[in-house]
Amino acid sequence: MPPFIHADRCTHCGMCATICPMNLFKQEKGQVPQVAYPEECWHCNACVLDCPVKAVELRLPLNYMVLHVDADTLHE
Amino acid sequence: MLSISRTLEADVVIVGGGIGGPMAAIAASEAGAKRVLVLEKCHVRRSGSGATGNDHFSCYCPEVHGSDVEPVLNALMNSLVGQAKDVDLMRLHLLESFDIVKKWEEWGINMRPLGHWNFEGHALPGKPRAFLKFDGRKQKAVLAEQMKKHGVTVLNHHPVVELAKENGRVCGVLAIDATKTEPSFVLVKTPCVILSTGLTHRLYVNGSTPNYLFNTAHCPNNAGGQALGWRIGASMVNMEIPYTHAGTKYIQRAGKATWIGVYRYPDGRPLGPFVTKPDPEYGDVTSDIWNSAFIDVMQNGRGPAYLDCSENTPETLAYMRKAMFDEGLSALIAYMDDKGIDPAKHAVEFTRFEPILHGRGLDVDKDGLTSVPGLYAAGDMVGNAGCGLGLAAWMGWRAGRAAAASAALVPEAAGNLADHPVIRAKMELLSSFMERTEGASWQEANIALTQIMSDYANVGPYKVRSESLLNTGLTYLAQLREETKNNLKTSCSHTLMRAAEVLDLFDCAECIMRSALERKETRGSHKRSDFTFTNPLLAEKMLDITRKDDGTIVTSWRNTRV
Repeated sequence: MPPFIHADRCTHCGMCATICPMNLFKQEKGQVPQVAYPEECWHCNACVLDCPVKAVELRLPLNYMVLHVDADTLHE
Repeated sequence: MLSISRTLEADVVIVGGGIGGPMAAIAASEAGAKRVLVLEKCHVRRSGSGATGNDHFSCYCPEVHGSDVEPVLNALMNSLVGQAKDVDLMRLHLLESFDIVKKWEEWGINMRPLGHWNFEGHALPGKPRAFLKFDGRKQKAVLAEQMKKHGVTVLNHHPVVELAKENGRVCGVLAIDATKTEPSFVLVKTPCVILSTGLTHRLYVNGSTPNYLFNTAHCPNNAGGQALGWRIGASMVNMEIPYTHAGTKYIQRAGKATWIGVYRYPDGRPLGPFVTKPDPEYGDVTSDIWNSAFIDVMQNGRGPAYLDCSENTPETLAYMRKAMFDEGLSALIAYMDDKGIDPAKHAVEFTRFEPILHGRGLDVDKDGLTSVPGLYAAGDMVGNAGCGLGLAAWMGWRAGRAAAASAALVPEAAGNLADHPVIRAKMELLSSFMERTEGASWQEANIALTQIMSDYANVGPYKVRSESLLNTGLTYLAQLREETKNNLKTSCSHTLMRAAEVLDLFDCAECIMRSALERKETRGSHKRSDFTFTNPLLAEKMLDITRKDDGTIVTSWRNTRV
């Protein structure tokens, strides 16, 4: 469940944990933040946008899939 | 009991640091209030429905619209934003909000991404367009910076859970200090509180992903303003008038007017009569006008409904993509890129989401003043002049100025807030959740509430309300309240914050059901099986509901102000 932090890139600055609008993260000083409440993620992307080293990615749950079809099927 | 870590004093307290809150704080400071305090549940840099952007600001620009505001007002009142609003407030909003736009531009928000004042979307063909297209990506950072420049004190991670009044006037605020794992209480004495906590989700079973409470079009924190106002005795309005948003399926996301395309049936025919080819200026307003379109086509078997953007030019698609970033849809874009979903080649299914409280809530005057002296409100939680960013920014500004003026005239409240019976009772209840070693989670209580609301207070056209269903729903809600009070267990400041939110949701639910009982007619999605007609005598009236200090609930009808 989202978000996912690349530990090898994370500088432990705590930005994601500070600004998250859902307060998802927990962080011990000098450690990679932990996503403590993944099911409460709103997928707003704030953590991805604000990470200074681009260490955060979002993964949408499978049941959030965006339903779509080939647009040509509407024009036949 | 949990400890009280701090007791503060302020001239004006603002609850919520989204859009209306910062505007109120800056205005109060400019109007002379010395001690302006913002209490924010998360962090002002990224909180609220405008966390990562917005691309449309309702306003009237004489150099674009001409000298007559009335056609623009008419367009706004016919949009989703205009549903069940006082016309006089909406007119005043239009007349004053372009000054806010210019202020935002001066502060560094890109209000003219194309270099000119550009009005687009949510509009009927041939009619004036009331929404300024802007780039809101930096809006939160800019507002946070302006609060700092104006000397506003911001306490992030401080959800407000109760208000107190003395001699009929607001006198203080109870917040949780959630900056640490172990929660504590913070008390603030103040003669003026401005609520600007945004809209309320998580009341009904999620329409896209059942029991995934946070898959929502807007910010899913129930920041509590409607419930705080209800408990302290402020009049609430339009709580029974359902609001439903629409957008992509299954992820819920606002910004449907940012998409430039045509809603189509699977056989390619357009859903609505408004556009047959993509139109950047007007968009496809079908879902604003025909609110149940996306579920109607599923019920009648002709669906699903798709938004088809494939007939746009590459330039228009590039423009739309940029606007989606402006609107704050970067997560959706990243997902679509990753999965190879390309609006040039693919049509995306749209659906209607579950009901929310958006532009339903506190009844205010032109300064955001509620029926409780000293209590103001701004933004999506306002029932007669809230819904969307432009209204939040404008009403926040007015409320900030008015509260600063009021605070200057009022002597400080005398009592000790910690001994106030309402504050004391709330501290004891929340502390009991932390002291319990076994018990129910806040999620259980929240999901139970969504079940009750969806079964007994749901909305049309395919679900009905009735005296029998609503009264039964109120009975079950009372049972759930009691069970929750006696069984909820929390373990840290985060879960305590969520538990307090659920208590607020119970109050919102009760207010909705009691209002729905009183509206003995069918109007829009408020579908009464026992009153199937729309009563013309109620066409220009609004329903107010108030919880008195003794717990009794009173309703009254008032004329819509024109």
